[in-house]
Amino acid sequence: MSAITGAGACHCALVGTPNSGKTALFNALTGSRQKVANYPGVTVERKAGVVNTPGGFCLRLVDLPGTYSLRARSPDEEITRDVVLGKLASETPPDFLVCVADATNLRLALRLVLELKRVGRPLMLVLNMMDIAKRRGIEIDTAKLSQLLGVPVTTAISVRKGGIDDVIAELDRMAPGGSGGAQNSWAVPGATELRADQREADRIIRVTVKLPAEPDTLTARLDAVLLHPVAGLAILFVILFVMFQAVFTWAQPLMELIGDGFDVLGTLAHNALPAGLLQSFIQNGVIGGVGSVVVFLPQILILFLFILLLEDLGYMARAAFLMDKIMGGAGLHGRAFIPLLSSFACAIPGIMSTRVIDNKKDRLTTILVAPLMTCSARIPVYTLIIAAFIPPTTVGGAFSLQGLVMFGLYGAGIVSALAVSAAAKFFFWRREMSPPFMLELPDYKLPQLKSVGLGLFNRGKAFLTRAGTTIFSMMVLIWFLASFPRPPAGAAGPGINYSLAAMLGRIIHPVLEPLGFNWQISIALIPGMAAREVAVAALGTVYSISGGNAESAIGHLLAGQWSLATALSFLAWYIFAPQCASTLAVIRRETGSSKWMWVTFGYMLALAYVAAFATYHIAVALGAG
Amino acid sequence: MLNLDYSAIFLLHALENGSQLLDSSSMLRESPPALACSPLGRGKPGFRGRIDRIHAHGSESGLSPDELERRLIELGFVEGASVEILHEGIIGRDPIAVRVDSATIALRRREAMAILVV
Repeated sequence: MSAITGAGACHCALVGTPNSGKTALFNALTGSRQKVANYPGVTVERKAGVVNTPGGFCLRLVDLPGTYSLRARSPDEEITRDVVLGKLASETPPDFLVCVADATNLRLALRLVLELKRVGRPLMLVLNMMDIAKRRGIEIDTAKLSQLLGVPVTTAISVRKGGIDDVIAELDRMAPGGSGGAQNSWAVPGATELRADQREADRIIRVTVKLPAEPDTLTARLDAVLLHPVAGLAILFVILFVMFQAVFTWAQPLMELIGDGFDVLGTLAHNALPAGLLQSFIQNGVIGGVGSVVVFLPQILILFLFILLLEDLGYMARAAFLMDKIMGGAGLHGRAFIPLLSSFACAIPGIMSTRVIDNKKDRLTTILVAPLMTCSARIPVYTLIIAAFIPPTTVGGAFSLQGLVMFGLYGAGIVSALAVSAAAKFFFWRREMSPPFMLELPDYKLPQLKSVGLGLFNRGKAFLTRAGTTIFSMMVLIWFLASFPRPPAGAAGPGINYSLAAMLGRIIHPVLEPLGFNWQISIALIPGMAAREVAVAALGTVYSISGGNAESAIGHLLAGQWSLATALSFLAWYIFAPQCASTLAVIRRETGSSKWMWVTFGYMLALAYVAAFATYHIAVALGAG
Repeated sequence: MLNLDYSAIFLLHALENGSQLLDSSSMLRESPPALACSPLGRGKPGFRGRIDRIHAHGSESGLSPDELERRLIELGFVEGASVEILHEGIIGRDPIAVRVDSATIALRRREAMAILVV
């Protein structure tokens, strides 16, 4: 252990079972002095913060992923095990451990404490949520508990001001170190050892904890409704619908506000700078690039607000319970339903929310298929083509053909996502058994708004700094391709035709020709890589249409210039094509490497090509060429 | 004399097993009363009892029997703990929500087959 002086830094780690309120305690101790990053090489989040004690100690606190035992069964739990044992190369071994337990549910936590004692590091136990315990009439003899366990025990009410004073006082006592250090005698526990520990823990609880005569039934009563086979599922769908509406519709005004704000900034720059490359760079490259990142914030924040609230309430576990069989039938993990649902609005918050899936392979599968879900950015393209090429007739007297085609496109997105997921499972991960579904259903608790706010702030910050930088650089690159080199003076035709984008478009055109795409499409697809909805504006640029009513003008022009087969082929391409640099950037960030980003790009491109090819030639054969 | 002996033995026997019998008959819905142990995976909501032992075969799930046993113990399923099935899923009556002493755990019936309840 390091020699600690009054002004020295001390490292300690927070461990505990899931649902112990560890994060609330961490937030209460560190406040806004926390930093969220990733452990190197893995996609496990590292949460670290600083606690300054009245005794003058500066504690570097790490909040480790929750676990029931140091026996690691997932990447998250491996990090906890390695940090506790001091085996993680990138992490200073903790000087002492703080184990957090839910005072109303001590069985599993005390067994963990007994296991942690064997590691040999100084250890203290914090009984969290004491207010709930007191309200329920649970009495705990902390002195006796401390004596039987052999570790200091303090109580905490993380959500109340002043509720962590005892913890900070104890931290002050632990910080100087020098006491309790012992040899690490921890080995991977077998069933016998686990049983013995649990029996010992139960024995200790019998002696130190007095349960109330009438147990609390709030959770049981709520579950009678929320886990009811019919009512429960109905309530879940209502909640999912509300969440979907929030991300899809309510975020719109905010997104438009941000979009308009950046447009104003762009115009200011345009007026302030002399015409030329710098003006274009600042206005379209930099401001446009930053704007394209920030515009995602409302959707991401709203989605994560729902997720954090539902998680803190304790409802997420119930939702996973209700959805397990349905999702399992489709080869997906129960917790994949929120990420995939959110991907209907935008795949980016959807992919970011796959964090709720612990199993690495399931999470990866969900990330890979999320971009296939029909996102809102595809809608302008679908609307444009459908309005221009599909006649506004009714089918069967009631259904509009245009509406049916739109519905069909939506359906194609969902079906392809499920099909790719099933295929990935079959081909790559068939030999791996799906992990068992074993989940603790925590008691229902009121979410603490400060904790939720802090969580939202961290998510937003993480998105802006991590994904944002990648998205921004991609946007600048695309701007560069589309505006450089500048057209020679007095040149005819739109400026983009002289750019690198046009050269690239002409190079790939022979490959796209069998799909029925003309060279204008080939060129427009290059800037269209920035974002799906950009395709409309890009087509406008290539066909030299701009100004207010651009969209209907473009529609009319296309109706005159493209064959129906080309239009249908373009639609089929758009269902699958990875025309979104931002999504690719987020995939890279969330999976920790470029490999899966390229895999996504590759398979979606392949699917798009095959679909467009088939559609075009079938359409031509049916006379639409 | 003989009758008294027999009745005494019978009385002792009944006293010993009486509580167990009462428990068994109130909770066994699908097995004949002769069976003392019943896998948790076969119970309906309302099924309750005490865990007699964990007996994983390996055919229950993708986990090895030893791993399944360890995971169950880690979630609190140890001999002597009281269990009660609270809820079941709508499709295929799977998964089940089980109260284990003070906590509530959700698991699939095929894994719950390893938990023998008395």
